[in-house]
Amino acid sequence: MAGEQVLLRMEGISKSFPGVKALDNVQLTLRAGTVHALMGENGAGKSTLMKCLFGIYSKDSGHIYLEGKEVNFHSSREALDNGVAMVHQELNQALKRNVMDNIWLGRYPKIKGTPLVSEKQMYADTMKVFDELGIHVNPKTVMSRMPVSQRQMVEIAKAVSFNSKVIVFDEPTSSLTEAEVEHLFRIIGMLKQKGVGIIYISHKMAEIKRISDDITIMRDGQYVTTQPTADLSMNDIIRLMVGRELTNVYPPKDNKVSDEISLEVEGLSGEYSKLRDVSFKVHKGEIVGLAGLDGSGRTEVLENIFGNATRHSGEIKLYGKKTANRSPKESIANGFAMVTEERRATGIMAILNIRDNTVISSLKKYRVGPLLSDKKQAAATDRMIQAMRTKTPSQKTKIQDLSGGNQQKVILGRWLLTEPEVLLLDEPTRGIDVGAKYEIYQLIQEMAKEGKSVIMVSSEMPELLGVCNRILVMSGGRLAGEVDADNTTQEEILTLAAKYV
Amino acid sequence: MSEASKTAVQKKPITAKEVLNWLLDHAMIIIIILLAIFVQIQRPAFFGPANLISLLQFTTARLPMALGVAGCIILAGTDLSGGRIAGLAGYLAAIMGIYTFPNQPVLALIICMLAGGVIGLVNGFCMGKFKLHPFIVTLATQQITYGMYLTISNSAQLAMPASYAANFATATLFQIQTGLNKNGDPVFTKVPVFVLLAVILTVIMWFVWNKTTFGKNMFAVGSNQEAARVSGVNVLLTIICVFIVAGAMYGYTGFMEACRIGSSTPTLGLNYENDAISAVVIGGVSFVGGTGKISGVILGVFMMQLIITGMTFLGITGNTVYIIKGAVILFACILDMRKYMTRK
Repeated sequence: MAGEQVLLRMEGISKSFPGVKALDNVQLTLRAGTVHALMGENGAGKSTLMKCLFGIYSKDSGHIYLEGKEVNFHSSREALDNGVAMVHQELNQALKRNVMDNIWLGRYPKIKGTPLVSEKQMYADTMKVFDELGIHVNPKTVMSRMPVSQRQMVEIAKAVSFNSKVIVFDEPTSSLTEAEVEHLFRIIGMLKQKGVGIIYISHKMAEIKRISDDITIMRDGQYVTTQPTADLSMNDIIRLMVGRELTNVYPPKDNKVSDEISLEVEGLSGEYSKLRDVSFKVHKGEIVGLAGLDGSGRTEVLENIFGNATRHSGEIKLYGKKTANRSPKESIANGFAMVTEERRATGIMAILNIRDNTVISSLKKYRVGPLLSDKKQAAATDRMIQAMRTKTPSQKTKIQDLSGGNQQKVILGRWLLTEPEVLLLDEPTRGIDVGAKYEIYQLIQEMAKEGKSVIMVSSEMPELLGVCNRILVMSGGRLAGEVDADNTTQEEILTLAAKYV
Repeated sequence: MSEASKTAVQKKPITAKEVLNWLLDHAMIIIIILLAIFVQIQRPAFFGPANLISLLQFTTARLPMALGVAGCIILAGTDLSGGRIAGLAGYLAAIMGIYTFPNQPVLALIICMLAGGVIGLVNGFCMGKFKLHPFIVTLATQQITYGMYLTISNSAQLAMPASYAANFATATLFQIQTGLNKNGDPVFTKVPVFVLLAVILTVIMWFVWNKTTFGKNMFAVGSNQEAARVSGVNVLLTIICVFIVAGAMYGYTGFMEACRIGSSTPTLGLNYENDAISAVVIGGVSFVGGTGKISGVILGVFMMQLIITGMTFLGITGNTVYIIKGAVILFACILDMRKYMTRK
């Protein structure tokens, strides 16, 4: 009986961002006492759907019913108060505070009749929840002293402490060891017993098959299907997740891949990342894709090549010559360039103008005596605005006033001015509208045609298939395999991507 | 939403909100102009030639330190050590003038600037290498510098030798007739040499900020340190150099102030850094980092001086001046933050 009662129903949810329809008429029905897996590729809209549930985004249309009553939360807190909790993949915790502070933050128990916080009460309440869940953590430990797995347990305990009816788990096992995963599954089992409905977001097929009762699959912001887990095989799930027509939104792939090898990477391992023993070769004029799930080490490959992350071991050779690449500055001098994933955080210098943003990596070229020539800088910037077809009122416009696509073009221009041999692009089209994406693809093609080698990370598989000549698939920090972009399928890539998770 | 409202605003001629925004964007300068007009009406001598030259002298005396600290603020940092570095440099100047190089004031000036640069190096290194907050680092070096000064000088007061003062502070660049005395003879006010030196320093700084790799890197680091690093900027070196330049400017200020005042005392340089930071902030160099202009710094120092002189003319006492200076800084920062706040 408990397993049949509908706890949460989301109907016809749509959400648009400028230029993108992130969710299109999506539905989800969660029954009490069950685990409901929500699956889809990166960018399929899972997180957006959850953010609409928690009121982090306001949905454009659709209805959400909790136990039959329509709800419309405006904040995570409001959702929590109504028994809907989320355990985030990226933990938002006050790291300098202790465990119980984090659990009771915003609703500290008070000493009766006073405005003072009752530490005693808080400790007792925390211990009660921990005992119930079998968590062995001292409530007085400072958060930052604990491993991520324990912090995650605290987050789960927090969700439980709200007596939540619905708990959303977003990639909960990504940082857990096997024993910890078992513990988590025991907790989930207990919650199920209590009639809690669980939405479980994960890329790990084996886990999904094991603990979920139903699966809802999303693709490109659209609802695909909901079926009992028992009725779906792993291959069915993969097929449903990627079953998308490749439309012709990519420029023709007519770059000539030379036989000459430009870049050789040998046994690359990260010192502080989980990157392990990655080796590959790239040809002159070739566009190589790096595929994989979030956290599979794609970005780390680029960062380690570029000297933007500390290397544990490994060798990099450019045209047979060993290059040390110990810092970005050194790598640039050696002929490397890198467009970072987080454009705002590590790409643009927001309050500086287009020109300053364009010339920053190639300043020594504009030197006349001890000074920099404005004329030369302006000419170079103009050349790049033309070449990249950047839409900007003038060179003096602040880069923060441009759209994402145009900002990215400025950054590409910045790198072209350094005349690199190897371009490392991390999610070059993230947050860019469709039209600008096509232009970026064209630019990537042009660079390859000029004989540069391009390594491109992307979470969008069709993009990799449409733009790259060859695709390397990362999984769990290792290179899981390599496929020819013209003769592969998304299914093959996704299977490789799940190899070491 | 915001796009739509922007275009809507453009179509209408001028809205009340736009006028208000314009007024707020320029509030600092408007208020100061109003203040100047008010003082001028109350005390007609305010914009007389004599006072203008005095304004010029004070502005150019304070400008180098402001230029130095402005670089630190462009890095989204600050520097509290300036005043005490100037104090130490003033003492060094006196010692060199009396004992070491009585006849080589230029050499002594260079040594003072180098000494300031060394302390700046320590500031920059601690900040860049150990990722310490500039506030803490420079608070510490401020104390250390002052302690060193008191120790080596034994808190003594030294008169500057005439040879030093003569070269910079009393030597006349040119003089302007500022009125007539009782007998109808013209009265001249002298413009000293250090005014010219300050102008030269300012021009050099303008080139450094706008026309050199170092300057470009400074703005890049101030705007987005991570992005600058990925773009190949040597962030540590840039930070160190900015603080070395700042230190040298404080050293210069100390030397020149000792010459101008005519002596080195333990209070020389006291609160100079506060005045410099205030002036720079009034001049639109933002604590947000990555933004600021030499012209703004000049204007800031001038306006600060105008406020102080204006109050002196109105007979407002030193105690009240502190309150007003503080209020001006607070107000300038509030206006500045308006530009960077994200509207939700």
